[in-house]
Amino acid sequence: MAAPVMDPKVTAATQSTRLTMGKAINLGLRTAMERDSKVIVMGEDVGKMGGVYRITDGLQKDFGEQRVLDTPLAESGIIGTAVGLAVRGFRPVCEIQFEGFIFPGFDQISSQVAKLHYRTQGMLKVPMVIRVPFGGGVGAVEHHSESPESLFAHLPGLRVVSCSNPVDAYWMIQQAIDCDDPVLFFEPKRRYHEKDEINTEATPYPLFRSKVLRPGSTATLVSYGPLVKTCLEAANAATEDGHELEVIDLRTLSPLDLDPVFESVRRTGHLVVASEAAGEVSIASEIADRVQRECFYSLEAPVLKVTGFNTPYPPSKVEDEYLPDLDRVLDAVDRSLAW
Amino acid sequence: MSSPEQWTHPEPGGGPAATAATPTREQVLAGLRATNEGGAELVELLTPEGERVANPEFDPYVADIGAEELRRLYRDMVLVRRADREGNALQRQGQLGIWVPLLGQEAAQIGAGRALKPQDMAFPSYREHGVAWCRGVRPEQILATFRGTEHSEWDPVAHRFHPYTIVIGNQVLNATGYAMGQRFEGKVGPESDAEATMVFFGDGATSQGDVHEGFVWAAVYDAPVVFFCQNNQWAISEPTERQSRLPLYQRARGYGFPGIRVDGNDVLASLAVSRWALEECRSGNGPVLIEAFTYRMDAHTTSDDPTRYRLSDELEAWKLKDPIERVRAYLVRNGLAEADFFEQVQVDADQLASELRAYCFSMPDPPADRIFRNVYAEPNPLLEKERAEYAAYQAGFEGGAH
Repeated sequence: MAAPVMDPKVTAATQSTRLTMGKAINLGLRTAMERDSKVIVMGEDVGKMGGVYRITDGLQKDFGEQRVLDTPLAESGIIGTAVGLAVRGFRPVCEIQFEGFIFPGFDQISSQVAKLHYRTQGMLKVPMVIRVPFGGGVGAVEHHSESPESLFAHLPGLRVVSCSNPVDAYWMIQQAIDCDDPVLFFEPKRRYHEKDEINTEATPYPLFRSKVLRPGSTATLVSYGPLVKTCLEAANAATEDGHELEVIDLRTLSPLDLDPVFESVRRTGHLVVASEAAGEVSIASEIADRVQRECFYSLEAPVLKVTGFNTPYPPSKVEDEYLPDLDRVLDAVDRSLAW
Repeated sequence: MSSPEQWTHPEPGGGPAATAATPTREQVLAGLRATNEGGAELVELLTPEGERVANPEFDPYVADIGAEELRRLYRDMVLVRRADREGNALQRQGQLGIWVPLLGQEAAQIGAGRALKPQDMAFPSYREHGVAWCRGVRPEQILATFRGTEHSEWDPVAHRFHPYTIVIGNQVLNATGYAMGQRFEGKVGPESDAEATMVFFGDGATSQGDVHEGFVWAAVYDAPVVFFCQNNQWAISEPTERQSRLPLYQRARGYGFPGIRVDGNDVLASLAVSRWALEECRSGNGPVLIEAFTYRMDAHTTSDDPTRYRLSDELEAWKLKDPIERVRAYLVRNGLAEADFFEQVQVDADQLASELRAYCFSMPDPPADRIFRNVYAEPNPLLEKERAEYAAYQAGFEGGAH
């Protein structure tokens, strides 16, 4: 008997399948679109071409041009029209091609997307998702490697999440689409090709919850998006020194879910937060603030941040120096333990 | 090519389009004047003197407007103006934080507002008190925004009238998206329940990227949206020629859809042109740009002082084109309304103003807890925690010395 042909591009899989993060998001989008005819995808080159990262590959072919829109090239237009579509009853999923291009749409995001529910006392909902490939490490030209998530996490009314692995990517994109609030969905572009086994019949982990990926007792590592993998690798390396590092994936950046972090820090007394974004006035800063308030008597060292420097993203030939890596994470752990 | 029309609409064989990019000084001046004057292409059905002008193209769109209907439009305008003046007075008395007058723009707004069918959707800027009136939003509900008791009080779904939008031009994209949705849902076509969207903005907004992007999106998706631009000549202190070298309605041509200029002080023309444009959109020939040529007879807001940037002569000239007076003149001259009608309208207007005033004085402040409500549609534990902490802080004062 021939093995059944599994083609995630044609039907939503109903069993375990090994996919890259990019394909996992694609399958998540497809599943959401099959479930709800009001879900539409819109953005630059998302249709015929399937997006510059092929995340929307095949969707226009299967769902048509009225559900997968190759839009004109203007980000405020993408987001501003999506607001109107959402008010009309659609659930738009916008793709911003690269995080560095989102700023023409910042006005609509800040003024309408984030505030319309509040301004109308809840009479209008804006259930839309804005997908944003973000982060560096891919040798790209400028404006293609940035980490602007703090700017959006600062806006009340928005929800901001970031996936770090294919399994989360598959579920989180569907959960974001189901959410009645607008969700900024940050995708770590340098992890698009990471593969993992996805059980499409599993019970998904809640969207707005952080998650302990590796238990440990020596110190706590917190990260999200592209650096979660780095932190897991650092934790593996640290075992050589006899250190058991607990690794927590934030997953949700707004609202932050820090209860698992507090619980962890109360046990370990040491916290290192890793992020590619510039460290000042950042998600990492917010975590440091909240942890010092909640875990003041448990901390044996100040919260240390391992982040991008407080500069614009550098030319890609020096990005390896800019991006926090395994060594910088472990250096911070050592400094914390030696405090 | 000496007229702006010829300059922007060159005849076939009239030279390469590139020459339009290097106009002579004379052409530039002609273009600037065209932003300041109504121009030959202005659609007008009722002159400032109250004379009905035949217009074979647009007369059919107001064929049903007899004496009674015209009296109703007159009443709309008088009541809306009276409410507007009361809003201004309430601000002067400190009852409102600010007021945004619509004085002078009654005909543009009542004409457009009455052209909308119940199933149509409207997206206002923040001066559309007349359109709000036509959509069944009470003037009292508008006060909330300017008194600061709510950002927006009416139900935008029930009234099919979006919240006021303060950030200039944002609503043009939102309306275009909404109209795309109408098309995607198959609500465009010959059926009687076909829908259109009308979005309101001013001459200043036409410089905003969102307005241009709205034009592009609407054009490429054939969205059933009427772009209703009230050119009231002033964007706070800046005249229209600071926004455009070209008469605004002519911009539509560059995006590939019709643009038309209507006398915005002529309620009949505004109604006719709006009905035509909405019908075009409902039947699938949208979008359409309407430039309603009108005048902001009062300040931009109660915080503004127009004497710093414009001459009172200009206001005096526009007073002769008053949108209400021309209808009154027409009704009187043709024996379509008696003195008691005008008296009754005035009584109704004063009654409305009196109710508005009483309502304003009795408006309660929202509870402090309003701060935390409706930020999200779904629960947010962090916000709930902050809310509880503030409630506990407040409770600490109860029965205390504060």
